[in-house]
Amino acid sequence: MKPLRHAAQAAFVLITLGLIGYFSASPPYARVPPESALIKLSFAHAAAKKGGCRELSAEELERLAPNMRRKTICSRERLPVDIEVLLDGAPLYAERLPPTGLSGDGPSRVYERFVVPAGSHSLVLRLRDSERAAGFDYETTHAVTLAAGESLAIDFFQGGFRFE
Amino acid sequence: MDKAQKTDTADPFAFLKRPLRAAYMRCDRFLDYTFGSRDNPFYSLGGLGFFLYWIIAVSGIYVFAFFDTGLTEAYESVEAMTHIQWWLGGVMRSLHRYASDGLILVIGLHIMREFAFDRYRGTRWYSWVLGVPTVALAFAAGITGYWLVWDRLAQYVAETTAEILDRLPIFGSPIARNFLAPSYVDDRFFTLMLFIHIALPLVMLFIMWFHVNRVNRPRINPPRNLAIASLVLLIALSLVYPALSQGPAELSRVPSPVSLDWYYLWSYPLVDLWGPGGVWLVYFLGSFALMIMPWLPPLKRSAPAVVDLDNCNGCTRCAVDCPYGAIRMAVRTDGKPFEREAVVNPAQCVSCGICTGACPTATPFRRAAALVPGIDLGGLPLVMVRERTHKAAAGLAGAARVVVFGCDHGGAIAALNSTSVGGVSLPCTGMLPPSMIDYVLSRRLAEGVVITGCRDGECRFRLGPQWTEERIEGKRDPQLRARVPRERILRVWAGPAEMARLAREIASFQQRLATAGNAAAAPAPAEAGQTVVAE
Ligand code: HEM
Ligand code: SF4
Ligand code: SF4
Repeated sequence: MKPLRHAAQAAFVLITLGLIGYFSASPPYARVPPESALIKLSFAHAAAKKGGCRELSAEELERLAPNMRRKTICSRERLPVDIEVLLDGAPLYAERLPPTGLSGDGPSRVYERFVVPAGSHSLVLRLRDSERAAGFDYETTHAVTLAAGESLAIDFFQGGFRFE
Repeated sequence: MDKAQKTDTADPFAFLKRPLRAAYMRCDRFLDYTFGSRDNPFYSLGGLGFFLYWIIAVSGIYVFAFFDTGLTEAYESVEAMTHIQWWLGGVMRSLHRYASDGLILVIGLHIMREFAFDRYRGTRWYSWVLGVPTVALAFAAGITGYWLVWDRLAQYVAETTAEILDRLPIFGSPIARNFLAPSYVDDRFFTLMLFIHIALPLVMLFIMWFHVNRVNRPRINPPRNLAIASLVLLIALSLVYPALSQGPAELSRVPSPVSLDWYYLWSYPLVDLWGPGGVWLVYFLGSFALMIMPWLPPLKRSAPAVVDLDNCNGCTRCAVDCPYGAIRMAVRTDGKPFEREAVVNPAQCVSCGICTGACPTATPFRRAAALVPGIDLGGLPLVMVRERTHKAAAGLAGAARVVVFGCDHGGAIAALNSTSVGGVSLPCTGMLPPSMIDYVLSRRLAEGVVITGCRDGECRFRLGPQWTEERIEGKRDPQLRARVPRERILRVWAGPAEMARLAREIASFQQRLATAGNAAAAPAPAEAGQTVVAE
């Protein structure tokens, strides 16, 4: 019976260690298909204030505490940011991003990933952060060649899109 | 008699528990045979959990000593450990990983086992509920650990964790922005991760301590051989198949494909399937379901143990033997000349009766009216056990009559009944006072006594089989008196799946009794029982 027992011991040990070892690093996981690249769009951008600012009248100023007397007041709430991305002429993403913060006074934020085929692409980016009804405040066209597995980050700050 | 069956039908999870329990018992038989029941790893899953924790702690401290925080330093320091100091640093790194993986495996088996053996409802909700956060903490600690290496896997972990966390409306700027491109990452992130990676396991240890806090003599250390073997085997695995990094993180590239540690990162691919919201749903529903399990449905338990002060001499044996520490020795309140008295906390009592088996005043030799031990089960007082014993023995005939004492959770004792075998089922075999064996034999109720019940590692409660063995062997009070002929006692620990073996062993025991019976003189009738306290 002894050899059988040793065989059982060996089998149990091998299976247990095999189980631990194998699933500690296998099977592999591919988040994006092999011949593709990734475009990440992310920014935190504060749009203009809603309704703009106005001057306070003399009576209104009178009613405020002396240290609070400021001539102009602006609404705290911000406008949403409208963003559009076109990839090779086709819409990839279009969204109205609301302001953050409890009273809507924070920047609009976004983080999005797009899996695209590797190769050359033309990107069009448009962003609106004002009260204008038509058109965009910012618009850029960007040509890229993305190798398989490459990751392109698009950010927006200081009045322009930034690619990295 | 079939209380176990009755509670089973009231349990909506019985359809899951029964096959799972059968599977565990089959594994147990295999492992009992392979390693011996003392070193059966399935009997020490909780203890192995603690042991793996210590391996993780020691290897972690070592790895920490050689780890540098910083964008390039982190990766390089781990690489140096793995390749230059492979003989120690590399082994420590691998041990740290494999012990962590083993911990998840062991916790999984431990949870399913406690579930299968129904050891999580009633009083035991406490251990169960405190177990749940340890699982969450273990996962979180493992995930932050993979982050620290700052290789491609770490990048995947960082990006995905950020996406998951960003789903919660509590962070201002998306955390994922920190990993947008190479110029966005910050060294300070490593310091934060390192801090979290060390803090979480410490909190976990704290909760693990509470987890076993209401268990009397928790087996937090696995048996020596099992511990040594586990360590040696994990070191062997570390040498043969060392843990490796997957190339430095490059934020300008997509970390795909990556080799995942599925023990810790099983939920991450779900992000791509169901989105971060779906993953949160899995986390919340999973923890919530686990948390409320002990009340699905609540255990219908029988009456707890009650102390009868007139019969308690404050000897502390019940308090020492109670598997759940439900008995406290308090200062005497009734003026009797004893220092202490036993006090049961009904909320912590599981009604196993093990305390009755431990009480020196629980002896059936006492007169009917006086048979109230110091501590007795409300649902099945000792008088009733004695009555059932008489009833079981009454109809038996032949030269090898046998009374079987078994438990409600092992095999169904009633199935053994025949013209020469009568069974008595107890909540736990540990409830049987050794004097009951003496009583059956000396009063000639039967020629032999069979003690059976679940195997030690499968006891529905805890410690029942162990205490019973030690009492019969004279290693534990109350001891079976020396005058009791040991050849008339058969001990068979057999689970519900081993009824055929039990029946076979009883049959051959009866044969031995019959051949010996004619020759040997029957034991002298008893004058009195064991240590009887002032009546
Ligand atoms: C770090 C992880 C864990 C460790 C190290 C651990 C360890 C232990 C130990 C040593 C015992 C005592 C066993 C005995 O002596 O009979 C125990 C009991 C128990 N564990 Fe765990 N445990 C862990 C996680 C869990 C989890 C996640 C659950 C369930 C959700 C759980 C459920 C239980 C239950 C219900 C008992 C009580 C058993 C009884 O009352 O007989 N444990 N655990
Ligand atoms: S019945 Fe069991 S749990 Fe209750 S006090 Fe007695 S030994 Fe403890
Ligand atoms: S074992 Fe019996 S006599 Fe001893 S303390 Fe407990 S109840 Fe009292």
